[in-house]
Amino acid sequence: MKTFRILYFLSFIVLFPATAFSGVEINEFSSAEQEREYKKLVNELRCLVCQNQNLADSNSELAQDLRKEVYQMLEKGNSNDEIIDFMVARYGDFVLYKPPFKPVTFLLWLGPFVLLFLAVLVVAYMIKNNQQAEVVTLDKDEKLRAEKLLNADAENRNNEE
Amino acid sequence: MWRYLLPLVLFSVLVVFLSIGLYLDPKKVPSPLIGKPAPSFQLPELQYPDQVVVPERYKQKVWLLNVWASWCVSCRQEHHVLNRLAKEYNVNIVGLNYKDKRADGIRWLEQRGNPYIANAFDEKGRAGIDWGVYAVPETFIIDHKGFIRYKYTGPVSQMVVENEILPLLRKLRSEVGL
Repeated sequence: MKTFRILYFLSFIVLFPATAFSGVEINEFSSAEQEREYKKLVNELRCLVCQNQNLADSNSELAQDLRKEVYQMLEKGNSNDEIIDFMVARYGDFVLYKPPFKPVTFLLWLGPFVLLFLAVLVVAYMIKNNQQAEVVTLDKDEKLRAEKLLNADAENRNNEE
Repeated sequence: MWRYLLPLVLFSVLVVFLSIGLYLDPKKVPSPLIGKPAPSFQLPELQYPDQVVVPERYKQKVWLLNVWASWCVSCRQEHHVLNRLAKEYNVNIVGLNYKDKRADGIRWLEQRGNPYIANAFDEKGRAGIDWGVYAVPETFIIDHKGFIRYKYTGPVSQMVVENEILPLLRKLRSEVGL
């Protein structure tokens, strides 16, 4: 009886896969290439309502409208760049998951490399310092003193044992 | 000396950056439309369906475009502020009733007062896309030449009105001697 019940619930999972509920409408594309472009655009554009989702993944009303807009523009024969320009003109660079390379985004694009460079400098400096620390030379007197101290230390330890 | 100070300095820089980050609102995305001509639309009036609302009609005027909807919760919060703005300060506010049902929109105005000189009924939200609307309510200020000069995302409070909207309106009006 229990197995039946489990099978009953499992059948739901098989019959209604999650994709059936996701926000992706069924669009008829006039060519396979257009469908590819559509998928690419919808994955690259950010949904402004949910911010950490792209248009493809978001279920918000705005995302649905914008997906429709992308679809209609593609069907009208607009190019990829034209659609991206259309979105940027209205919502700003923020709609792009991959921000353009321009003065305001220099820090964003180059920052990691600057940090890497600084890190390499710091590591190099540390290594150099370490090597210098090893090359301390002792004169004769100092060597004798050091030996004495070390021996005394060893004797102490022996006595304790 | 530097050896010990450097981590402290780095730490302070980090603290400064992070604390600025705490006070930034990620929902406030700067609009690329500021300084650009107001996007056009041609939409039926909410209460008078046979009339058409066109933004070009308000050229020569300094006006506000307020995007609202009856389903929008924070629009309730700002509505009395808009009522006051229209009544006490004589500000021309045009409404863009965004993705709403006509009957709901009309009932809203009847119940809460109508601060708008006209309301464009944007049922499909297509005009909203042209204006880069992504979070209702949104408020734009358009100068007498028809250029967008300011945008506020979220419910307008009396403080925003006094600190940002009214000073800008005064400035824009003095630009043309209105």
